[in-house]
Amino acid sequence: MEQIKKKRKRYRLGMGILMGASLFLTAGLVLFFIGYILGNGLPNITWELLTTGPSYLQERIGILPDILNTVYIVMATLILVIPLGVGAAVYLTEYATNKKIVSVIEFAAEILTGIPSIIYGLVGMLLFSNHFGTCLMAGALTLVIMNLPTVMRTTQESLKTVPRSYREGAFGLGAGKWRVVRTVVLPGCIDGVITGCILSVGRILGESAALLFTAGFAHAINDILYGLSAPGATLTVALYVYAKEQGEFGIAFAIAAILLILTLIICLAAELVQNSFRKRRCI
Amino acid sequence: MKKKQFMENSIHGIFFMMGFIAVACVLLITVYLIISGIPAIGKIGIFEFLLGREWASTAADAKFGILPFILSSIYGTLGAIAIGVPIGFMCAVYLSKMAPAGVKRAMQLAVSVLAGIPSVVYGLVGMLVLVPAVRTIFGVPDGAGLFASIIVLAIMILPTIIKMSITALDAVPKEYEDASLALGAAPVETYFRVSVPAAKSGIAAGVVLGVGRAIGESMAVMMVAGNGANMPDSLFQSVRFLTTAVAGEMSYASGLQREALFSIALVLFVFIMIINGVLNYFLKREKV
Amino acid sequence: MKKTVIGLLIFALGFSGLAGCGNAGKATVTTDGSTSMEKTIGCLGEAFEMETGIRVTYNPTGSGTGIQAVLDGRCDIGLSSRELKTDELQEGLEGTVLAYDGIAILVHPDNPVSDLSRETLGAICKGEITDWSQIGGPAGEIVLIGREAGAGTRDGFEAAIDAKGMCKYRQELTSTGDVITTVSRNPGAIGYASIASVKENVKVVTIDGISPTDEHIATGSYKIRRPFILVTKKDASLSENARKFYDYMTSGEAEDIISFAGVVPANSVTE
Repeated sequence: MEQIKKKRKRYRLGMGILMGASLFLTAGLVLFFIGYILGNGLPNITWELLTTGPSYLQERIGILPDILNTVYIVMATLILVIPLGVGAAVYLTEYATNKKIVSVIEFAAEILTGIPSIIYGLVGMLLFSNHFGTCLMAGALTLVIMNLPTVMRTTQESLKTVPRSYREGAFGLGAGKWRVVRTVVLPGCIDGVITGCILSVGRILGESAALLFTAGFAHAINDILYGLSAPGATLTVALYVYAKEQGEFGIAFAIAAILLILTLIICLAAELVQNSFRKRRCI
Repeated sequence: MKKKQFMENSIHGIFFMMGFIAVACVLLITVYLIISGIPAIGKIGIFEFLLGREWASTAADAKFGILPFILSSIYGTLGAIAIGVPIGFMCAVYLSKMAPAGVKRAMQLAVSVLAGIPSVVYGLVGMLVLVPAVRTIFGVPDGAGLFASIIVLAIMILPTIIKMSITALDAVPKEYEDASLALGAAPVETYFRVSVPAAKSGIAAGVVLGVGRAIGESMAVMMVAGNGANMPDSLFQSVRFLTTAVAGEMSYASGLQREALFSIALVLFVFIMIINGVLNYFLKREKV
Repeated sequence: MKKTVIGLLIFALGFSGLAGCGNAGKATVTTDGSTSMEKTIGCLGEAFEMETGIRVTYNPTGSGTGIQAVLDGRCDIGLSSRELKTDELQEGLEGTVLAYDGIAILVHPDNPVSDLSRETLGAICKGEITDWSQIGGPAGEIVLIGREAGAGTRDGFEAAIDAKGMCKYRQELTSTGDVITTVSRNPGAIGYASIASVKENVKVVTIDGISPTDEHIATGSYKIRRPFILVTKKDASLSENARKFYDYMTSGEAEDIISFAGVVPANSVTE
């Protein structure tokens, strides 16, 4: 009996130590990362950095073009991926009757999430850049395919929470399917769409491999229409180029700090939306 | 009435097409990869390509063996899993079952932020902190290599493992744990002997996702791996993975070299499909 | 509340879109190629744009790709940091030498070695000399850092030390800046990069007693140098804007800018 007691005690101790060590390691890692990036990056963020473009003659580096490129690509991607993703989700939950078709589509979405970003970059280059040239639009189209499963999934989840009684009520009143979808179902899934948007923005911000070969890495300040048809580096791609190819680590850290802060904002925003979503559901 | 029916049908058709966009994309990607990847494999010979040990794409007598890349990718992923899964798993058990609510929320936010950090930032920190550290701690001439890549990959998959494991562990019905505690088991024993097995499939799904992320990572690894086309004989060898082989040479490759790079991408794609398929098959069997 | 937030977001996005306004439909000249030429082309392009309002775009893809881009018609002027090969010339390309660039041999600032002969360099690269103690430095393995296989800089370096295709690198990096960074962080490293890009974080060694100054590169006494070449199609004529840029770059007034960028203008080279 004593033997077993001792063994159990040792087991509990051992596991406790492992858990504590893991937590300590992970927490330490996170603190180190955030501290290191902010510590090295924040001092380098100047007004000049944020509002000018790079100049060789004046030997100055500015990231305004990269910021603008990032905004353009996010806008272009969202404008395309939201209708497509919502449409696919609506089809899956409202129109599709054949279970096999549903599972095929969901399987395809699952495959899309598993494909590495470098392959997206390659295929994007073959599909889009060879026809449209290296431009932000080609990058945006590649990002649309990458983020389609995300938007589909979050929209589907929120569509499922619209109570059946709402739909049945509308049908009962004589409305056609499209009208039901338009007036009853879609408004109910706005929160899911917003979550999908936020998650996509987060993913787009962090994407680099897919954009290297499709959107290029030019640093010119353009307006949105011209910018989409010209090559341009987003913040993440610019970070890579400045760090690896030019050794400008001050700039790289500044961009990293900006991206870190943006990631934090996005995580908080996603959580906020999820919370308000949950509150809504409980009604 | 007919007009309404017509509109209903056309809307249905539009949604049908939208639904199939995902399928169309997958087909498009697969077809393009196959079309671009097959020619080089045909010219080089599939065994010479997959099992050849030497990659010298621009030498006068060009060789295109990608075994070094395949092995490096496998070792790198295995190493990342070996380090990342235990740590992430232990963390998740603690956070899900034993941590006070404030600590849990704070760590979950921290882990989410970690998950959202772009891979190039990981590469940057790895390049500036990890590589010199490896060089001084282990006394190797150059810190960039397989070991540094494994560490970076392990850190990158940590958030995925933790998040999915916490979700799976949180979903274990409280009754299971209560029953175990009532029978006299200590909390720690309950968590590891009852909750964890109950959450097995969720945790395993997290590991599968982690594997996918590790094997598909290119940017972070490109900054710490050295990128020499060597067989991964030693842990500190400068190595190139399937992903970095494509990314590294793509911008200036032409002719057969370029086609060979597409073939590498095809091999990577097939690899990932196989791994996901096999792992998911075992997962589904476990569930039943 | 939600509607206000959404409205504000759209307004903010639209405003940022206007921030880049005024650039639509600008005339452009496209260049593509060597990463070593980035600073040179960057300075020339910027000065050119200030003078004429024509924008110059540059894609740093490497000499080999730049040459291919001209052939494919994807860019106006290609940039190569090595001589054109015979088969490239046969495809109808011609090159104009814009400047000469010295390839500096770099070591860590703490490395006591200050001078190497070309033979020693060749031996290091081929793997015949592997330890710093064999050439007057502290004991430690020599870590050879080089460029990727298609780089013009690697081509020029290996040709100058008679070790073409025979070099065994510990790391093969894809850009000039990367080599400099890597050497600056490893006390046992040795690498090569365009002298124009070198900063104070690495030490430049002299080759056979000659340092890569502008003068030595111009007279040819510093042996490890290579040309910066503008690649164009022989039979096809350049677009009007490209022709203007080409003439600008090869004119006398551009020489100051080329020197500012750290390379030696072709006209100043005597050998």
